[in-house]
Amino acid sequence: MAALTTDPAALRRTVTVDRARLVAYADASGDQNPIHQDAEFARSVGLQDVIAHGMWTMGAALDVVTAYVGGDPGRVLSCATKFTGMVVVPEGETVEVLVEGAVKKADEAAGTETLDITATCAGEKVLGRCQAVVRV
Amino acid sequence: MPLNTDYAGREYPPAGPFPVTRAEIAAFADAIGSTADAHRDAEVAQALGYADVVAPPTFAVRLAQQCESQLVQDPEAGIDFSRVVHGEEGFTHHRPIVAGDVLTGVLHVDRMREAGGHGMVTTRVELSGADGQPVTTVTSTIVVRGDS
Repeated sequence: MAALTTDPAALRRTVTVDRARLVAYADASGDQNPIHQDAEFARSVGLQDVIAHGMWTMGAALDVVTAYVGGDPGRVLSCATKFTGMVVVPEGETVEVLVEGAVKKADEAAGTETLDITATCAGEKVLGRCQAVVRV
Repeated sequence: MPLNTDYAGREYPPAGPFPVTRAEIAAFADAIGSTADAHRDAEVAQALGYADVVAPPTFAVRLAQQCESQLVQDPEAGIDFSRVVHGEEGFTHHRPIVAGDVLTGVLHVDRMREAGGHGMVTTRVELSGADGQPVTTVTSTIVVRGDS
């Protein structure tokens, strides 16, 4: 069996989101909270505009980790994050989120690495203490 | 209405079963902009040693939230969903989720308390396979913003 490889170049990616993508994520995840689709509703609960699902951002960010481990999702053993900011998605716009990952520590005995992941939108970090443990 | 903190420690009966399909996994992968073929192409997944296409690391939220609704939508629990903000989420995979799995989920209310005028609710969903073996543990913390 071939040794497991990693691709550090995969640990930086700009992902994009628009209203259509949020509808697709709502359907795929089952989270139909109208703050992620309906600007009028979002404003009625004090938000500036429609915001992306925090879980959309986490999912998009974790795909960078999947790419790092050679596209093998089973090598992502665990992941966790706090939600510290909002990704605002105005109608008709495509919003960019910069995802960056870095190896925080390696546990050779366990055959794992722990990655720190950041996701930045409009200059604000929208995920906090986002980490993933991968098999290497 | 305040949180009913008596719910802390509660464990619910198993929810589901939730059959996981190739189409669900592909739709989730597309929505998060995934580049990994193992979410969509069974041959790629099988070459990696899996029975079928593999779910993205956060896919289990789709199943966990169906389990969590037992608590969140229970009027007696006192969770005003219009004031809910997602605080934290975590996934521990005991094994990968693949298409063809039929999972059930047991919801645990690990923490439910009021602090600083806000409510904090931490839940844990233990997903297991048709064989009863653990598959994924999903933890979620929501904050219920207080009146201000």
